[in-house]
Amino acid sequence: MGRRNIPEVNAGSMADIAFLLLIFFLVTTTFQEDTGINRKLPPMPPPGVTPPIIKQKNLFTVLVNKNNELLVEEEIMDIKDLRKAAREFLDNGGGTNEKGEPCTYCKGKKDPESSDHPNKAIISVRNDRETNYKTFMSVQNELVGAYNELRNREAQRLYQRDYTEMESVVADPQVDESVKDDLKEKMEVIKDLFPLKISEAETNN
Amino acid sequence: MSKFKKKKSGELPPVSTAALPDIVFMLLFFFMTVTTFKKDDYKVAQDFPYADQVQKLDKNDPIIYIYAGKPHERYQSDVGTQAKIQLNDKFASVDEIKDYWFNTLNNDVGQEFRYVAITALKVDGETNMGLVADIKQQLREINALKINYTTRKGEAGQNYK
Repeated sequence: MGRRNIPEVNAGSMADIAFLLLIFFLVTTTFQEDTGINRKLPPMPPPGVTPPIIKQKNLFTVLVNKNNELLVEEEIMDIKDLRKAAREFLDNGGGTNEKGEPCTYCKGKKDPESSDHPNKAIISVRNDRETNYKTFMSVQNELVGAYNELRNREAQRLYQRDYTEMESVVADPQVDESVKDDLKEKMEVIKDLFPLKISEAETNN
Repeated sequence: MSKFKKKKSGELPPVSTAALPDIVFMLLFFFMTVTTFKKDDYKVAQDFPYADQVQKLDKNDPIIYIYAGKPHERYQSDVGTQAKIQLNDKFASVDEIKDYWFNTLNNDVGQEFRYVAITALKVDGETNMGLVADIKQQLREINALKINYTTRKGEAGQNYK
């Protein structure tokens, strides 16, 4: 006696349905990551307090006009040369910090006309209201770059690894907390050597 | 007659495609889990400047977004072509930033992050600094001092093309 075969349910179209969904999600997926330059705004000054006077030699002024041209320390400069100029200014170490200690790790020219100590050196960026945001960000990028290069140099000297690399490890959510705490401590030491002091002055017209 | 017949001919059996749905489902679930839908619909241009000295922002960080840029073409008849601020999915004026910031902090981010919340400024590259300065001034006034200028990763020289 021949047994009658029960026909199998045809599952062939399942793949098609799954494919449709797959293609939908493929198209809508964006592996978007937020990256950017972190910055801390200065707090509002309490009323009646006059800002401290900063010596001209400790101030590195970058002016960006509405035609997106740069005036660095009273000289017209191309954006390409900004990073080097900022580095030289920060690394100068011509004098002493607040405690009267000279900068032992600075490798600059020790020019008495330039900044005293990385702790005192301030970079001031002033821009016009019509300045392009792109140009402003390029300037910021170069200045942060100058700081990062100097911090990397010190991190290599003290811990034999780059500061920027430590920074990315700390930002990784999958890294163990104990590793992060250790790195954060090291980063604080280096941040102390070259504290980021970039002032974004209110726009002038 | 021999009882031992040759059962198989020399032909290859057809390749079974029964596992195909499984494979496709696996891919499907992968993409379903990694897909994140955009939070807000951008009404302004979002072509960020390039920078290479960047830091990553983790999705789990307490972040408050502020968008700014030139309105997209289809909104230009209503709001003009000047660069605008967008909060949530509406165009807004500068003095709405403070309310928006506290609303987002209380409702989405959590009040405990009052002093650690990062305000991400997603500003289009072609915007004038005046608008950005206005936003920054508002944030200073409410003591929301941690900001992040969102950029694209790349050589900064590309900004001049």
